[in-house]
Amino acid sequence: MNPERVDLPIETMDLQMGPSHPATHGTIKFNLKLEGEKVLDCDVEVGYLHRGFAKSCEQATWTQVIPYTDRLNYASPVINNVGYALAVEKLIGVETTPRCQFIRVIMSELARIFDHLTCCGMTASELGAITAGFYMLEARELIMRIVETVTGARLTVTYVRIGGVKHDLPFGFAEQVERAFRIVRKLLSDCDRLLSRNRIFLDRMAGIGAISRETAIAYGLTGPILRSTGVNYDVRKAHPYLVYDQLDFEIPLGTKGDDYDRFVVRIQELEQSMRIVEQALKKIPPGPVTIEDPSIVLPEKERVYGSIEGLMNHFKIIIEGIKVPPGEVYFAVEGGNGELGFYLVSDGGGRPYRVRVRPPCFIAMSAFSEMIKGRMLADIIPTFGMINMIGGECDR
Amino acid sequence: MAEDSPTLQYLKERLADGILDTHAFRGDQTIVVRRERLCETFRTFRDDPKLAFNFLTDITAVDYLGKREPRFEVVYHLYSMPRGERLRVKVPVPEADPVVDSLTPLWKGANWLEREVWDMFGIRFLGHPDLRRILLYEEFQGHPLRKDYPVNLWQPLVPEREVAGTFVDERSRNKLTRLKQKLAPGG
Repeated sequence: MNPERVDLPIETMDLQMGPSHPATHGTIKFNLKLEGEKVLDCDVEVGYLHRGFAKSCEQATWTQVIPYTDRLNYASPVINNVGYALAVEKLIGVETTPRCQFIRVIMSELARIFDHLTCCGMTASELGAITAGFYMLEARELIMRIVETVTGARLTVTYVRIGGVKHDLPFGFAEQVERAFRIVRKLLSDCDRLLSRNRIFLDRMAGIGAISRETAIAYGLTGPILRSTGVNYDVRKAHPYLVYDQLDFEIPLGTKGDDYDRFVVRIQELEQSMRIVEQALKKIPPGPVTIEDPSIVLPEKERVYGSIEGLMNHFKIIIEGIKVPPGEVYFAVEGGNGELGFYLVSDGGGRPYRVRVRPPCFIAMSAFSEMIKGRMLADIIPTFGMINMIGGECDR
Repeated sequence: MAEDSPTLQYLKERLADGILDTHAFRGDQTIVVRRERLCETFRTFRDDPKLAFNFLTDITAVDYLGKREPRFEVVYHLYSMPRGERLRVKVPVPEADPVVDSLTPLWKGANWLEREVWDMFGIRFLGHPDLRRILLYEEFQGHPLRKDYPVNLWQPLVPEREVAGTFVDERSRNKLTRLKQKLAPGG
């Protein structure tokens, strides 16, 4: 041993980070084993927001589950609504009207913009770029206003129904979207100037939390995290649902699979989502927004109050629930964080027998310790931010 | 019954005796396999170039209490990235011996998904490196997604766990003592 170099005694330290840490947005605990600032091991503890989603769904009728789905990924509630409604429709074997399909696409993409802006804005502000964070929150507020105009709620929207949507788009919707997108694009270009060549931001994001393509597939990662490694898998392209096959958009891909690539993939997806909304608004056909099937869709209020058939129809659906044929289906949509799948089992009654959600960020969190092992304590913040763990969806 | 898809036909030839049933409802290909040598079966799904189901989408379970025998079914959703095809694999598991092979040697992502199934249904996974509860806490009694678990059951608060080497605030220690007294039999 070289006598001039004396190794200082190294002591490992156990640190519990969380469950409510100011620099992580989300209720989660990391049980860390540290050597100085180096993370030797990280055991992730989730479940702080568990509220028995699946058990609650088994007690509710098929329609009553929709408000529960709002509370899964509360940054993009419409996508959860749409995913669940499409799964139930697949189980029944019906398809909604063309106009409703376009409305669902428009609202899903607005929700995706909202989701990505939350994720990128929060991560930027946690890394000290608080101006960029505020700019993105401002853009998010514009999207939120549109959602509010359409659905009447800001977060728990419950906009989609089985067989359609609650009501049509409001008057002047296209102009409102156009105005909002003009400002959002300007804000995003400001953020680009603030962040893309920002030394601090790059140092904390580039090369951090990197994961290889093979590891990402082994963990079952989807969404921006998988695409940042260069795997071209997006449910909207791989298995087009609704009218995504009629719209022209691209899937941004990364190469390194690090936090910076995830950030860039999300920022580019914002532009693609805006393109989708603009195209859909041009192509949207007139027509009804729900299918005409009295066994699935509630009758108009005039019919409920004006005729005995309408009243009976209303009560049958509310009390007994929609009759869904026995069977099981799996249907996946592209959520904000990845493949959001619904596995439904029906026993032929008015209530679901089993509702299982495939939560994209729960699966992403299982790969977290692999992403962070051997790195610094401070790297947890951007890596966790770019996973975009949403407690409501992760813990259900 | 409609004609089987090419994948299901190929699977029937390949795994003849391991398959209990196949069907395709609403276009979802489903096969029911025996739980013996489960890991080998899944290795075939993953590594056979004609199947190439290289992506484990989801693991879950369904409790068919009083409806089917055996009671549980563990449900796997696989996806083939090169071929763009989904496959659902179901494994019946009896109540008396709720154990299946773990898929953690094949897919790392199976780790948390299997922990969740253990947590919610009480189905054990043989060969799992770390089978602990994940969404609920260690002291929780029972497995809530079983159909015989009552939906309105309240479980008592559990005292704060003492972790060796951590600092405990005096105020929370007092609270802990009070809670322990309250929970003690006859207290």
